[in-house]
Parts: sequence; C-alpha cells; structure tokens
Amino acid sequence: MSVAVAASSKQDVSSRIPPGLRAKFAGRIVAEQFTCDGIPTVWVDRADVVEFLRELRDGEKPRFEMLFDLTAIDERLRTRREGQPASEFTVVYHLMSFSGNCDFRVKVALFDADLGVPTATGLWPAANWYEREVWDMFGIDFAGHPNLFRLILPPTWEGHPLRKEHPARATEMDPYSLDDDQAAYEQGALLFNPEQWGMQRKSENSEFMFLNLGPNHPSVHGAFRIALQLDGETLIDAVPDIGYHHRGAEKMAERQSWHTFIPYTDRIDYLGGVMNNLPYVMAVEKMAGIEVPERAKVIRVMLAEMFRLCSHLLFYGTFAQDVGQLSPIFYMFVERERIFNIIESICGARMHPGWFRIGGVAQDLPEGWDMRVRELLEFMPPRIDEYDAMVLDNGVLKRRTQGIGVYDTQEAFDWGVTGAGLRATGLEWDFRKQRPYAGYDNFEFDVPIAVNGDCYDRCAVRVEEMRQSLRIIKQCLDNMPGGPYKSEHPLTTPPRKKETLRDIETLINHFLSVSWGPVVPPEEATVAIEATKGINSYYLVSDGSGGSYRTRIRTPSFAHLQMIPHISNGFMVADLIAIIASIDFVMADVDR
Amino acid sequence: MSSFAVGSGLSIASILLAVIVLAAMLIWVERRLLGFWQERLGPNRVGWFGILQVVADMIKIFTKEDWVPPFADRLSFVLAPAIIMVVVLMSFAVIPFTPEIGVIDSNIGVLFVLAMASLGAYSVMLGGLSSNNKYALLGSLRAAAQMVSYEVFMGISLLGVVVLAGSFNLRGIVESQADGWYIIPQCIGFLIFLIAGVAESHRLPFDIPEAEQEICAGYHTEYSGMKFGMFFVGEYLGLVLISSLITVLFFGGWLGPSFLPPIVWFALKAGFFIAFFILMRAALPRPRYDQLMSYGWLFLLPLSLLNLLLTGVVVLSTL
Repeated sequence: MSVAVAASSKQDVSSRIPPGLRAKFAGRIVAEQFTCDGIPTVWVDRADVVEFLRELRDGEKPRFEMLFDLTAIDERLRTRREGQPASEFTVVYHLMSFSGNCDFRVKVALFDADLGVPTATGLWPAANWYEREVWDMFGIDFAGHPNLFRLILPPTWEGHPLRKEHPARATEMDPYSLDDDQAAYEQGALLFNPEQWGMQRKSENSEFMFLNLGPNHPSVHGAFRIALQLDGETLIDAVPDIGYHHRGAEKMAERQSWHTFIPYTDRIDYLGGVMNNLPYVMAVEKMAGIEVPERAKVIRVMLAEMFRLCSHLLFYGTFAQDVGQLSPIFYMFVERERIFNIIESICGARMHPGWFRIGGVAQDLPEGWDMRVRELLEFMPPRIDEYDAMVLDNGVLKRRTQGIGVYDTQEAFDWGVTGAGLRATGLEWDFRKQRPYAGYDNFEFDVPIAVNGDCYDRCAVRVEEMRQSLRIIKQCLDNMPGGPYKSEHPLTTPPRKKETLRDIETLINHFLSVSWGPVVPPEEATVAIEATKGINSYYLVSDGSGGSYRTRIRTPSFAHLQMIPHISNGFMVADLIAIIASIDFVMADVDR
Repeated sequence: MSSFAVGSGLSIASILLAVIVLAAMLIWVERRLLGFWQERLGPNRVGWFGILQVVADMIKIFTKEDWVPPFADRLSFVLAPAIIMVVVLMSFAVIPFTPEIGVIDSNIGVLFVLAMASLGAYSVMLGGLSSNNKYALLGSLRAAAQMVSYEVFMGISLLGVVVLAGSFNLRGIVESQADGWYIIPQCIGFLIFLIAGVAESHRLPFDIPEAEQEICAGYHTEYSGMKFGMFFVGEYLGLVLISSLITVLFFGGWLGPSFLPPIVWFALKAGFFIAFFILMRAALPRPRYDQLMSYGWLFLLPLSLLNLLLTGVVVLSTL
C-alpha cells in the first residue's frame, strides 16, 4: 500500500522543483531522487553545486533562505540505492524556504579518490561549521573554506569516524595507552595560538588579552569553550570551540537497531526528554508507513509540551541567574520538579524516559493521570505571572538585556537560527503551526513573537510559549481520545503478541522483531519538529535492514552557537554572558 | 563598670570576639534566610537548625591545604586577605555600640571609617593582581574602579549628617540624634549611603568584582582554604560594619525607648539592615560594570552634592 502512495506522489514531488531552475540547469541535473518525506531531491555535479544553491537562494520563488543542514553519507556499503547515481560519498545540502514553506535537498556524488566540493560559505555563513563537521567526520574537503580544521574531534584524532571503516567501539580498536611522548604531543596540540583562530595579538594602540572562557565556566551551560580577544573588557572577537560533549550519537545509531536507538535520542537535547524521541520515531514511521493512532498522538503532544515547559523553565531561571539574579532559578526548579513528578508518574522516568515507540508510546496513560495534569494546569499560570513581575519586569534586567545581542530575520536565515531566536526577530514561524506534525493541527494555540531580536525578546518569547504550552496541555486533557496507544502495524516494537501462540508465521515474526528488531524498507526521510530550542530534525537512511544506515541529527543549538561572535563582538564580557544565556543551548545538543 | 568602660582591654577583646563570631554566624544566617526566601531549606543538619554549620565550615576551611599558586606573587597574595580583615576590624574601633561599649572615642571617627574603607580597596586589588590570573585581573580592575568611585559618594553622603551634628565624632553624632533620627532630614543621604555601602562591600547586586557568572570568582579566583575564608568573613564583617554605620549615622545608634537596653536597640537596628542586605541579594540582578559607574558619577554624585548643599542652606539659615 505504501508503494502505491509513493508512486502517486512522485509526480507531485517532481513538480515542486521550480521550472525556471529546471530550465536553467537543463542537462546539468544528474538525477532526481524520490524520498518518502516528499522533499524534492536533486543530484547535481560538484562543479555546479554552488551555482545551483545560489539559484535556489536568490532565483525564482520559492526562495530557499536558509541552509538548514549540510551533511554527508558514506555510501560504500549501501546496497539498496535504486535510481541514484553512483557515489561513494554523498554530500547532502538541505535548504529551507520560509517564504514558500518548503524544503529542498541537493546531493552531490563524490568518489573516495577525490573527495572535494567547493565551499558554500560564500552563500551562507552557517555553512562554515557544517562543512568543518563534514570534513571532521568524513574527510571531505571543501575547497575555499576559510579554516577547514577539526571542529568536534580533538586536533590529534586520526581518521574520520563517520566513515564506515572507522571502528565504532573501543573494543574494535587497540588498547589505549598514553606514554610520555604521546602526552607531550597531545599537550602541544592544546596550546592556544591566536593566529590559528584568526585573531591578532595586538592592534596599533593596544595589546589584546586572550581570555579562555570555558570549557569549565559557570555560565557556559556545559562543556563549551569560547576564546575571547579582549581590549579591556570589550570583546574584539570571540571564537567558540565545541566538541567537549561529543558522544558520537550518529555513529552509535549505525550500530543500534531502529528500536534500541530511541533512548539515545533522549540524551541529544537532554532537557527535551521525550521531545527528542518524536522526530526520530516519526521518521521511522514515515519510512515504514506506520499510521499512529489518535490517542498516541495526543499523548505524545502532551508529553512533548510538558518537556517544553520544563526546558523553558530551566532556561528562564538560568537566564535570570546569568544576569545576576540569584533567586528565580530556585523557584523555577520547584515548578520543574512538580512537572517531573507528573512525567515520572506517566513514563516512569524523569528526564530521559525514552518513552515513545515506533508506532505509538510505551504504555497507556496510568489511572488518575488527568487529576495530576489538572493540578499542573492550576498551579502553573499564577507562578508564571509571578516570575514576570520578578524577572521580565525588572529594570536592571531590562537594562542588561535590551539592545544586547541583536540580529534581524535575514541574519537569522544566514546563520541557520530557528525557534524562539527566529521568532524574536518578528517572524511568526513555528513548525507546529506552519507544518503541523503529530496532530498539532488539532490544537488551538498562538505563536508568540517579538520584534527587537535582542536577548530580552528571546526570553519574552519563550515565556509566552510556556503559556501556550499550558493551553495545548489543557486541550489534551479535555479531549483525550480513546483507543489504542500503539499502532497495530507489524513493524512496531515491541511487536504484537496476541496471535503468536496460535500460528507459526506470527510467532516467527514476533521472534525476529524482538531479537533483531523490525526491518524498515529502504528509504530516506527527514522529519523536523519544533523542539525546545529550535528546529530539530532527523535525516534517516534505511538500507532495508534492522538498523539505520545513516542517521543525521540536525540540532538547533549547533547553528546558534556558531553565531555567537557575530552578535557579541563589540560588547562587554558581561553582555556576552547575557547573550549566551539568551540563546538557550545545551552542549549535548550541539555536539551530539 | 570601670573594667568595661570605653577603651578598656576587656571591652576591646569582647567587641573583637563578638564581631568576628557574629560575622561567621552571618554565613549561616544568610544561607538560612536565602533558603527561606527561595523555597528551599538551607543548611539544617549540623546542630539545632543547622546552627553549627559554621563550625563545620570552619573546620573544613582551617584544615585545608594552605596553598599558594606557583605563578602567584607570594607576598602580596598572602597579604591581601589579611588587609581586608584588618581594615574592617579597625573600622569597628570607632563604632559606638552603647554609651558604655566601644573601643575609642575619636573626634575624627567618620574620617577614620572612610580612610579604612579606602585601604580596603588595596586588599581586593592586590589579591587580584598577585594571583596572576586573567579572571582575577578583570575582577581587581573592576574592584578598583568601583570602590574608588563609590567612596566619593559615600563620603559626600555622610557630610550632611556631619553638618547637622556639627561633629565627626560618631558618639557625638548618636547623642545629637536624641531629638530625632537623621533618617528624616537626611533621607537622600541615607539612600546614597546605602547604595554606596553595598558597592563598597561588593555584595550582590554590586558584586561586580567577583561576578561568578562572568568572571568565575573575580579577584579571589585563585584563593582557597583560610585565605579565601578571610575574604569571605571579611565580606560579612563589611556587611556588619555598613549596617552598624547606618544605625549610628541615620537611626540613632543605641537610642530607643528604655524598655530595652541600648545594646539590644543597636543590635535590632543593625540586624534589620543586615537582613535587608541579604534580601537585596536574593532579589536583584547585577547591573553591568559600566552601568554601575555611570549611575554613580552621573546620578549619585550630583544628587549627593545637592543633598549637601541643601543641608548647608538649611543649617545656615537656622543659625
């Protein structure tokens, strides 16, 4: 049945490629690929790719303003590549159009002997880190890139880990040892050299001070380092350095079954809890053609919004704390604790329940859940009002955050900024509204925006979002549908057991699904959601096996951090802290 | 009585002991009060209501390794925390607690306090510079600018009181308030003194030299053990000192209805301001360093000069 659906929409997807673009690149489009997520996917030659991307950005409508993601796939072991041109390494550009509300995927085929594409940093400054990451992970060279060195892995790392030949586990490698020579070499690689980071040691009038903020610092929200070039207390330049929280989630995904990777997603944005499961399970469901029952959808939305509340509360408190206000964080932790108690009574765990399943959720709601959720809806609103009086209305806080770290909508597009950071620039763009997923179209809520794009506005938008989340949770409470909490589809896990003791066919299926996990058809799908910190997406490639062939996790915080120098140069150290706080990131979400 | 008069050995020893013990106890008081205001418990395990937490902290801090970073300037690094303790304790010498209790009756009491407060800036500056740490350097730069400028307004805001009392003697200032506390004619002076006082003792919201979220711990980033403890207790001593000064200068010191002894009146008033400072810490965010400076020079300085001018006009016209 899913094949029939695919066949009917193939024409449809193809028609979404702008005709002008097709005409301009007539004969130069290598191939068109159909993917089950309906995103037009076009293969071009690497000589044409920059021109092609420029045409997509500046050409006829819809214009694709944002380089949403840039990644690569090691195709050498992939067996099911029907209809795709030969390629050993494929570079994938994922563009997003906000004016046209659609996506576009551009792919470039490369061969191991000659891994190189021209850089896209001239088109989008955001491409800088993405290209560095691809170089780091795959060893693909981007000609013309200003500083193509390792971004996430340490500078002394050997090999490129997302290549298929790179070992995934320590047990596949030689035992690790660190002798004196090796230690000295590693130490030497850590020496700070401002020139390498593109910074001058002195100007005509003054000698600069380099301040190493992090990886351990009270205000960097995890292990994050920024090298600051200071003139007095004024920031001349700042260079963010990431990778201290890298756990190789994308590599791990290639070793896990579709089902067993779910708990790993919880730890990507560790404040988002089950909200992280959502894009992953939706992408798998899309590839497998699984329809999720209504009840499961509403349960998912309710839990996701609870986690949005938790995450925003933590943001709100730490934002106030980073501006020097001592108390709000403690009040907000009280609230957060109460929400976690409710989450725990539903999912059995607090921060990382890993509770969504392919095709639904792990269990049905417990008895009496509605009472506890009703309590939440009663105690939260007055507390949020109280916090507004305490934090947002505070004159000192306003003076510290208004007009600091400003960017406009165009800059947000250029740097790949999504979520509250984008809405604070005046663009009313919420994934839940623009492209309703998981049944969000059934809910009534507003998309709060602000117009100044400064630290204060980013905070104000999130505070208003908490109120909207409460509205959504209330609607879940009032309209919880009955029925199953998980799909009856054979590819869901854990699989159906009802008939297993009656016929051998079902028993075999059950056995295989439990021991190996479900086998998902060979497909590709990107599913993006409005996560707590911006748009989070999973790009999954299935090779028709029990696990993912390639899992790309596009996280919002990664793009946001890259922007820090752009919006904080010229300000003071104290302002930088306010800017960092207003971005609302966690390092696990950046490094993955 | 004579063995416990102003300036007697017993009096000096007991004031010194009481002040230091009080400052140490304040650590517990502050943590409990903050806990109370922040919907949490605070230290409540050691002793009755956690009151022995201070003792536990002291044991820990005394038994820590007395470490000086190899890259620091040893002499000034060790000297810095001692300076803050000494100058704040010296300031207590001129505070008249009751008609009987006090160390000296100096005719230049107000000036002496201001002089000691100025010396306090050296402690913070030396501590930061000798640490040879960039965060500490930023902290001591901020401290130097902040303390030097806020001393100016502090001094000028006091002069209104001095004019009214016609004396630099703190005991004389208290006695001259028998007919009415100076908070009423000098309310502007009081507010400026209050703000400058917080800035001088660099507590939140004016803890810019040690702003944890920005520059780790500022000037005492490299300090640990007892040397850190001296900075820590020095800060609380400063808090007691500022509260005592406010009591003496604006709230009639030990004066009060006779159903309570003078020392209790003094303690109540000073205690009220200590609690107020703690509440302020719980409530307010921190302004930026340049905002604090421009607020001081562009707003507080003209205001304090105006206050002094008006006081002068009133005093001269009623002569």
